Amino acid sequence: MIAIKTKQLRKEFGTKTAVDDLTLQVEPGEVFGFLGPNGAGKTTSIKMLLNLVTPTSGSGLLLNQPLGDNNIRAKIGYLPEHFRFHTWLKAWEFLDFHGKMFRMEKSQRQDVIPKLLDLVGLKESTHAKLGTFSKGMTQRIGLAQALMNDPKLVFLDEPTSGLDPLGRKLVRDIIDGLRNEGTAVFLNSHLLSEIEQTCDRVAFIRSGVVLETNSMATLNQERLRVLLRVAAPSTELATDLASLGDFITADADTPFDHDTGQIIFHVDCEENIGTVARHLVEHGHNIYELKPQRITLEERFLEVIQGDKG
Amino acid sequence: MQIWNIASLTIHEGIRRNIVRLAIGMGILFLIVFGVGIHYIFLQFEDANFLPPGEMEIPAIALTIVGLYVINFLLILVSVLISVASISSEIDTHVIDTIVTKPVSRWEIVLGKWLGFAIMITVYATFMAGGLITISALRTGYRLDTIVPGIALMALNGILVMTISIAGGTRLSTLANGVVAFMLYGIAFIGTWVENIGSVFENEAAINIGILSSLIVPAEAVWRKASLSFESRILGNPQFAGPITVFSEPSDMMIWYAIFYVAALLAWSLWSFSQRDL
Repeated sequence: MIAIKTKQLRKEFGTKTAVDDLTLQVEPGEVFGFLGPNGAGKTTSIKMLLNLVTPTSGSGLLLNQPLGDNNIRAKIGYLPEHFRFHTWLKAWEFLDFHGKMFRMEKSQRQDVIPKLLDLVGLKESTHAKLGTFSKGMTQRIGLAQALMNDPKLVFLDEPTSGLDPLGRKLVRDIIDGLRNEGTAVFLNSHLLSEIEQTCDRVAFIRSGVVLETNSMATLNQERLRVLLRVAAPSTELATDLASLGDFITADADTPFDHDTGQIIFHVDCEENIGTVARHLVEHGHNIYELKPQRITLEERFLEVIQGDKG
Repeated sequence: MQIWNIASLTIHEGIRRNIVRLAIGMGILFLIVFGVGIHYIFLQFEDANFLPPGEMEIPAIALTIVGLYVINFLLILVSVLISVASISSEIDTHVIDTIVTKPVSRWEIVLGKWLGFAIMITVYATFMAGGLITISALRTGYRLDTIVPGIALMALNGILVMTISIAGGTRLSTLANGVVAFMLYGIAFIGTWVENIGSVFENEAAINIGILSSLIVPAEAVWRKASLSFESRILGNPQFAGPITVFSEPSDMMIWYAIFYVAALLAWSLWSFSQRDL
């Protein structure tokens, strides 16, 4: 079974193209990060997947069923970016209503609701009206309603935007729990550190087009940057290192930084740092510093989105 | 089942947000004012032999039908006000997002809301009109020709304008929807009076304008049928000159047209909401 599969999904609003080509696949039990700048088409993409907006063209499957299939939604949870709910309902009533909408039996709802309220840290507010909730509490109860049905696929659109660090940790733990249970999570967040900590794979989207999809493991492998300081640094030395083999490339922007005296290059894995070190020693260079440095997801995001993948 | 879940949520919202409580409270106040007023008016008539005993029914009819006329008007206002924001504001605030993504068809959501409002309107029409008719009967001894068909038609009137409001809510913003719903009722209202006066002077153009306005919104035509079912003597009777006078009785087909109007508009609402992007 495939959690999500889309092919050339496209959405136009009049003359404006919000999503040009959404082609991606998400596997069961996978936490999939969806990254892009403001206006890239992330929310429209999620809305197409959830049938909130109708695609202009293209096709897609959710849990092996075509987009818009009514019954499959019983296995899907959704926390929207603009989480607003019926403020006059009490927390228990709110979850009970959404449980009914998921077609859950009364006994099932009564069993699940206390557990979920406990899970999202709102046990004490069981009988409080949502209108009295803070933004963070509203987001937590919204997360609870998305999990009411023991979903196989969950869409979380900016799930930590209103949460404090404790709340973010809670969401991370919940996502980990979902992954362990085999639930796929489609996560849209501006907080790249959250994505970095929770996602198995990420897609970068710009102007409604998926530019790149990669696993975090691959990105981590790709992203090994090395800072080198030697006694007599030069551009020539940087060029010489870059010619050692396919495993090493000079930094595209600053192979040799005159200000800091640093030579910057990239290797495909940590083992090859030793190869570089041996080469330098064999050629009589005094090494002051040879420091591997992980490129953050934010740097990678900027590279991809700005069209400068390096 | 999902339709009933939405309908009960709609009724629950009316109760929880004090709409029902306030409507009943204000309705009781209205009935008290009516009851006290009619009591003192009849006290004067009875003490001073103001009217011959045979004509005591005339003010009783006038006051009762005027009271029902006001209730009909209030019912229309309340029906628009409670439903005007129901769909449009939930779209604007995205409250609807977590509902439409559940295993429920969009048409079930609209139909559920419509059903919830229709139940509230019917109960309120029965409470208000029934209360007023009871008070009038107890104080004056006057009995209407029939009660149930008239109240049913008043409820139909409320449901009719509520359906306009629901239909508008699937496409328009809350404010724009309110303006359209009230203006449509205004067209029906003025059209009816043009027709009423036109029929007195046998002015065919004025009568046709009235008929056309009733086709656009049959609310006032339904009210005329309701008032005539309550009391047939108000038809063309100059003794009841004023807002309650009916100079031109709409045909029975107009009631069927109103029912068809509600059904067609509701069907369009279900389709409209199912088609739109959220």
